[in-house]
Amino acid sequence: MTALIEASDLVRIYQIRRGLFGRPHPVRAVDEISLAVNPGETLGIVGESGSGKSTLGRMLLGIDTAQGGEVRFEGKPMPPLRTPEWRALRAKMQLIYQDPLAALDRRLTIAAQVGEPLEIHKIIPKQHQAARVAELMAAVGLRPDQAEHYPHELSGGQRQRAVIARALAARPKLLVCDEPVSALDVSIQAQVVNMLRDLQAENGIAMVFISHDLKVVRNIADRVAVMYLGRIVEEASSDVIFQSPQHPYTKALVSSVPVPGKRLEGRVILQGEPPNPASRPPGCAFHPRCPLARDICRALVPELRQIGDGRTAACHVVTGETAAIAA
Amino acid sequence: MGAASSNLVELRDLKVAFDGVQVLHGINLDVRRGEALGLVGESGCGKSVTWLAALGLLPGKASVTGSVRLQGHEISGGTRESFERVRGGRIAMIFQDPSSSLNPVLRIGRQITEALAIHRGLKGEAGKAEALRLLDMVGIPDPRRRFDLYPHEFSGGQCQRLMIAMALAGEPDLLVADEPTTALDATIQAQILDLLIQLRAETGMATVFISHDLGAVSQVCERVCVMYAGRIVEEGTTAQLFSEPRHPYTRGLFDAIPRIDGPRQRLIPIPGTVPNPKHLPEGCAFSPRCSRAVEACRSERPPLLSLSDGRQLACTRPVPAEERAGTKSKVAEEMLQ
Repeated sequence: MTALIEASDLVRIYQIRRGLFGRPHPVRAVDEISLAVNPGETLGIVGESGSGKSTLGRMLLGIDTAQGGEVRFEGKPMPPLRTPEWRALRAKMQLIYQDPLAALDRRLTIAAQVGEPLEIHKIIPKQHQAARVAELMAAVGLRPDQAEHYPHELSGGQRQRAVIARALAARPKLLVCDEPVSALDVSIQAQVVNMLRDLQAENGIAMVFISHDLKVVRNIADRVAVMYLGRIVEEASSDVIFQSPQHPYTKALVSSVPVPGKRLEGRVILQGEPPNPASRPPGCAFHPRCPLARDICRALVPELRQIGDGRTAACHVVTGETAAIAA
Repeated sequence: MGAASSNLVELRDLKVAFDGVQVLHGINLDVRRGEALGLVGESGCGKSVTWLAALGLLPGKASVTGSVRLQGHEISGGTRESFERVRGGRIAMIFQDPSSSLNPVLRIGRQITEALAIHRGLKGEAGKAEALRLLDMVGIPDPRRRFDLYPHEFSGGQCQRLMIAMALAGEPDLLVADEPTTALDATIQAQILDLLIQLRAETGMATVFISHDLGAVSQVCERVCVMYAGRIVEEGTTAQLFSEPRHPYTRGLFDAIPRIDGPRQRLIPIPGTVPNPKHLPEGCAFSPRCSRAVEACRSERPPLLSLSDGRQLACTRPVPAEERAGTKSKVAEEMLQ
């Protein structure tokens, strides 16, 4: 099967200044990331803040341009930003953010906003537009009378439903969801997650689901990539990655999820904070916090390697690199 | 009376209304010395408002009634001065967003020594020495070198540690932590939870942990109150509530959490949304979303009653207790001791 979207060796470098008069300093937010998503598949991307997961999501859509590597959608390279070709392609890939209130226009009714993509991308004739909007609103579980409401009149969960309805309006093939349920209460979170899964199954949409919440990602994703400081450190199917994480960082991440009724004892609690992306440690970026770190980890950046059927990890210790060198 | 009861704080019939809309409908709650109590519920259920009201931190338009007793002394309805003697000194509070609680233009050393000067009269070198000790206690590495840094030079997790250090400055009897880990990354969240547990063991202060994260609450707390629409609907030991939730809402909250272990299943949401406090449903506020609700639930509001196993429950048709309930509550009692 050919991948719907394929990224190879993506690099994004931001220039930041330290202090007002400091010299610009390059920060590698996304560092040589390759991934592929098949039609109808969900790829979960997890990582802590600053790991580059949101930047990666924006690069997949072409909103952030890559400084290295390329993104191919349906086998063709991504057209440059803001060209008519890019706009046409954007109808096929939509973005859902964490904060629905910021994503909605406060002065437009819900129906007007859900209908906007239909107008912009000239998807259906004007006379059918109202019917399609009603259909979309019903699909995401909004009541017909909420069509004339403004965003502030809806609850957080309803607003996120409106954002999803708008994203679906253009019949996308790919949805990039950046923390779509993080701002919602648990009971509502479950509603929206179930709805996303149903809509995906009905319409065969592929999804890139970016989140820091491992529990939600496990539930919705087929495959999961774990990011640390701009690089993927482990990738596997979501069934195995949470059951038997291999990379020491994934292990700590899975272990840090509080399970109701389970005590804190025996869990891996990582020391230290994620390092500043601007002063990336040499070698494996995780080595200062890693309980397994050896000399090689401080010197050499580990490559992502196959460690089993359909799973990869970037760790000298896990991939047996240290043994090979010692021998 | 203060000597007779072992309760550190007693809230009685605490009610709060904003612009005539009642959001808290009479909370009765005790915090014992040294215990860790969790308050869980969804946004708008009143879990934060309860403690903001108790500490006089709500804006003037809020009308607060009821009684708040600290070791038998009434503190509600007091003057600003009387509140200020309690706040920070006896009861300290930390919030979700640490960076907005810290003053961005003051060095952190100064902010902590300020708290020490106000609450404990420590000035000069003594204040600095104590501030360094507190920073070390909350796990700020190399506090001497970082004493003169500004809040923006610390990460989110470290800012929360700074807030905790500042809260500890007054040697409080009770620390109220309002969603202290919600804004933090998973691995940092685990560190802060660990720190809260450790500090309580070291200092013996009571902790009230307000959170929507049942997992985090179960790790820190011995006793949990579940709130819905401005009322406590179930209260019991962590072991009781987690092994056998009786209120359909508590049960629903557990079911809605995606699991990290076991087989992957479709999530079980609670249908509908939290009611608007302006238009609370008749009877039990949860009845429109409840799968077990009967006619009576929609007309009559069940009071919070004590059960034989020690928990409190406000429900006409609770989730049936399992047959082994007797032995289970025994296990729970053992965990408490």
